[in-house]
Amino acid sequence: ASCMQHRLVVRDASSLQILQLYTCLDQIQYIEWSSDSLFILCAMYKRGIVQVWSLEQPDWHCKIDEGSAGLVASCWSPDGRHILNTTEFHLRITVWSLCTKSVSYIKYPKACQQGVAFTKDGRYMAVAERRDCKDFISIFVCNNWQLLRHFDTETQDLFGIEWAPNGCVLAAWDTCLEYKVLLYSLDGRLLSSYRAYEWPLGVKSIAWSPSSQFLAIGSFDEKVRILNHVTWKKITELDHPATISNKRTIVYKEVEKSPTVDRERLSFPPTRALASSLFSTQSKYDISQVPVSLQYIKPVADRANPKVGVGMLAFSADNCFLATKNDNIPNAVWIWDIRKLKLSVVLEQLCTIQYFQWDPCQPRLAVCTGSSRVYLWSPAGCIVVQVPGEGDFQIMSLSWHSSGDSMLLLSKDHFCVCYLEREEV
Amino acid sequence: MGDWKTITVPVLSSDSKNILPHTSERKRSPTSMNSQVLRLSLPSSKNMHSFFSAFCTEDNIEQSISYIDRELTTLGFPSIYAESKGKELNLIAIINCMNELLALQHKNLRAQEEVEMQHLKLGSDMDHLQNCYAKLKEQLELSKREIVGLQERDRQLQSKNRNLHQLLKNEKDEVQKLQNIISSRATQYNHDMKRKEREYNKLKERLHQLVMNKKDKKLAMEVLNYVGRADGKRGSWRTDKTEARNEEEMYKVLLSDYEQRQKQLLLENAELKKVLQQMKKDIISLLPPQKQKPKERSEDGLVLSDQEEDIGELNKENMWELSCETVREQLTNSIRKQWRMLKNHVEKLDNQVSRGHSGAFNEKDVISREDHELETEKLELEIQQCKEMIKTQQQLLQQQLTCDDDTTLLLQDCYLLEERERLQEEWRLFREQKKNFEKERKSFTEAAIRLGLERKAFEEDRGAWLKHQFLTMTADCKSENVTTPSAFLRSNVIDNVCLSGSDPDIRLVKPASRQRKPHLVLSPTVSPEPCQISQCITQNSVASEKPAADNMPNLWVESDDKEETE
Repeated sequence: ASCMQHRLVVRDASSLQILQLYTCLDQIQYIEWSSDSLFILCAMYKRGIVQVWSLEQPDWHCKIDEGSAGLVASCWSPDGRHILNTTEFHLRITVWSLCTKSVSYIKYPKACQQGVAFTKDGRYMAVAERRDCKDFISIFVCNNWQLLRHFDTETQDLFGIEWAPNGCVLAAWDTCLEYKVLLYSLDGRLLSSYRAYEWPLGVKSIAWSPSSQFLAIGSFDEKVRILNHVTWKKITELDHPATISNKRTIVYKEVEKSPTVDRERLSFPPTRALASSLFSTQSKYDISQVPVSLQYIKPVADRANPKVGVGMLAFSADNCFLATKNDNIPNAVWIWDIRKLKLSVVLEQLCTIQYFQWDPCQPRLAVCTGSSRVYLWSPAGCIVVQVPGEGDFQIMSLSWHSSGDSMLLLSKDHFCVCYLEREEV
Repeated sequence: MGDWKTITVPVLSSDSKNILPHTSERKRSPTSMNSQVLRLSLPSSKNMHSFFSAFCTEDNIEQSISYIDRELTTLGFPSIYAESKGKELNLIAIINCMNELLALQHKNLRAQEEVEMQHLKLGSDMDHLQNCYAKLKEQLELSKREIVGLQERDRQLQSKNRNLHQLLKNEKDEVQKLQNIISSRATQYNHDMKRKEREYNKLKERLHQLVMNKKDKKLAMEVLNYVGRADGKRGSWRTDKTEARNEEEMYKVLLSDYEQRQKQLLLENAELKKVLQQMKKDIISLLPPQKQKPKERSEDGLVLSDQEEDIGELNKENMWELSCETVREQLTNSIRKQWRMLKNHVEKLDNQVSRGHSGAFNEKDVISREDHELETEKLELEIQQCKEMIKTQQQLLQQQLTCDDDTTLLLQDCYLLEERERLQEEWRLFREQKKNFEKERKSFTEAAIRLGLERKAFEEDRGAWLKHQFLTMTADCKSENVTTPSAFLRSNVIDNVCLSGSDPDIRLVKPASRQRKPHLVLSPTVSPEPCQISQCITQNSVASEKPAADNMPNLWVESDDKEETE
């Protein structure tokens, strides 16, 4: 599904054929599929309206109007039948039920980056709240939206919460002024609290490993600390130095190669194909010899939210690799082998890395840097894929298909689907 | 008056006439003589001439002579006048005086030379010393200047040092201050944030009220038709029952997760235990059997019992969680012991290798040692990991046990009771054993004491008997010798008689210690029998010639011999 202005276009994933076309009342800011892929919600924040469309019955419609409460965020519940709307100024979260047309309210939600978290199996929802300058977490049962547990956290200013994939442990972390990660069990008990240091800026990003065995904490001091689920103590610290000197690490460097042009074939005015091929530079990966020094950017000292520290963390689906990005070295992706807790590969790109995501099935990483190329890495090697087409297609974000066969590449106003062929075994 | 002039005597070859005027020259006025006292240099002979003539002229010969005489006499020389009071001059005396004066002059010259030499020497020495002194003074000056310079530098460095210290202190103070500032600012910001948040909350509340007021009008949801739930169930009311059910479900989820983890950990644990046992077996097999015999006997006992226990316990493992701990401890302890033995063994091998055997042998050892070391390193790592796993498992088990309150308390009680009973039994056994040991020890000591006493008594008896024997022997011998001072043989015979007599007596004496004397005295009366015996004895004994009185040990020996022969 994709939206354009106030139109919602639904296409088939394998053929990109338009299946449905819906029109909404206002410019759509956010769309989300329901978990059973039967409904799509379109949120229009300005108007404070959420419209839900059904795929099975194109005639069915639903409109939720928040009125003067305003709308800031909207999302589905895991069962696909409830919509959670966050009103303006985070006054409350309204739970609308599509089955019963009933409404529930959750008061005092917290205005933070990740304030609402659902467990993987969709049974429980954790909401971060703040009352009287104190942070609380409420755990609700998604079946009937009953409050299960309500407890306070020892954080200064809760920044985010995330469930472990096994649904039994909830990680909560504090704002970047305080390094504090708290781990709560499902019934609200504090299992452990972790604090690496006191004064410098703290946690920037957090990721659970798919087996819930490890919790990776990326912080502003350019290090990733991994805690284990048995003792909740740090088992290792992964450092991101600007110079890589370990002989075992493979460094792939993206190298531009200028295209060769046949002189005889030049014509004036140059044809389009020729022009594009002239100006679009090819690039490939080269293995650089260790020691390699990466491009290091010193951040501006007097700005808030500096571009320092480990900003992106992602575990591979098979729990074997961890991909990280150090914002100080914005052109490199660091891939760590979790079984050996060592740095195995560094991908050095030409431009700043915008986004990367692991394949949900295999240990395959797709990286995009804002150029018109998508980079794929797997333990077998890495390749550069050029998006064919005219002009620049600056890939800003990408998203894998859940089967791992195809990938969605998004630029500012275009998108394309990249299909990966499976090897016939 | 007695001013000597250092005038050398002119050449003696001049005739005597010259002498007179020369000598007359000597008579000069004292003043003029004084003026020439300091003159060290010799005037020339011509000057001398005039000089000499200046003193004595033809006019004042008499006066000059008398003056010279006076001078000479005052100097201790004999008078130059002849003995008579006339004006005749004693030429011999004059010549002698002159000779003496010449000799004196020579002496004086020599002395003068010496003094001059010394003077020169002293002068040169002094020059030398002055030079040295000057040089040393210079050196002293230089070194003083150097010292001053060094002191100056030292002062500068110290002041620099102090400055640096001061700077360091300042920096530290600054750092401390900045930290304090940071913390105070942090608290300030927190406070401000809280204040702003409260304001913000108030605004939100206000807004909320406004919004809620207008809720009824605009807030609405239009749905064409209701949608069925994803799982087909109908909605339910919120009641206490549902709450309880929710709690239950939550706990079920948690429990299932823990159970799963515990299963995994148990599996890991079992595998690790297997690995440890395997390791233990390997270590035992690696150790050479002959060296470990004494130890192995005890170790074997333990090891076998361990293994048996382990095998037994493994079967019961899932049911008796408590015995896991003891099994674990035993396992780790036994592995530690084996490990230590293996290490010792490897060290011994190392020593052997280092002491130096043949080359090939060395290589073999070296290779095996390397293998050993690698293996031992691997094993050590494994052991460490196992230990850590075991510790974590212990923690988890404890956690697990504390989760379920009721049943675990009961179970714990049961286990405690069981353990306590076992402990009590062991104590009882231990106490019994202790008592037994005490009894045995007492009996042993008693036996030892008795034995000692008996031995003492025996020694005493022996000593007394020997003494008595000796005494009686001497007494008998003496009495016999006195009565029959005849042939030696006969006395020997008698000795033999005595000896033989002593034989039955000996046998009789041994049991009855105090009645020897009368028995021995009786011996001569028993002569007919001993005669026969003595004949036999004389054939045998060689030492019978020796007087019995002196040979106590021989007595013994002989008696032994006799005993044997008889």
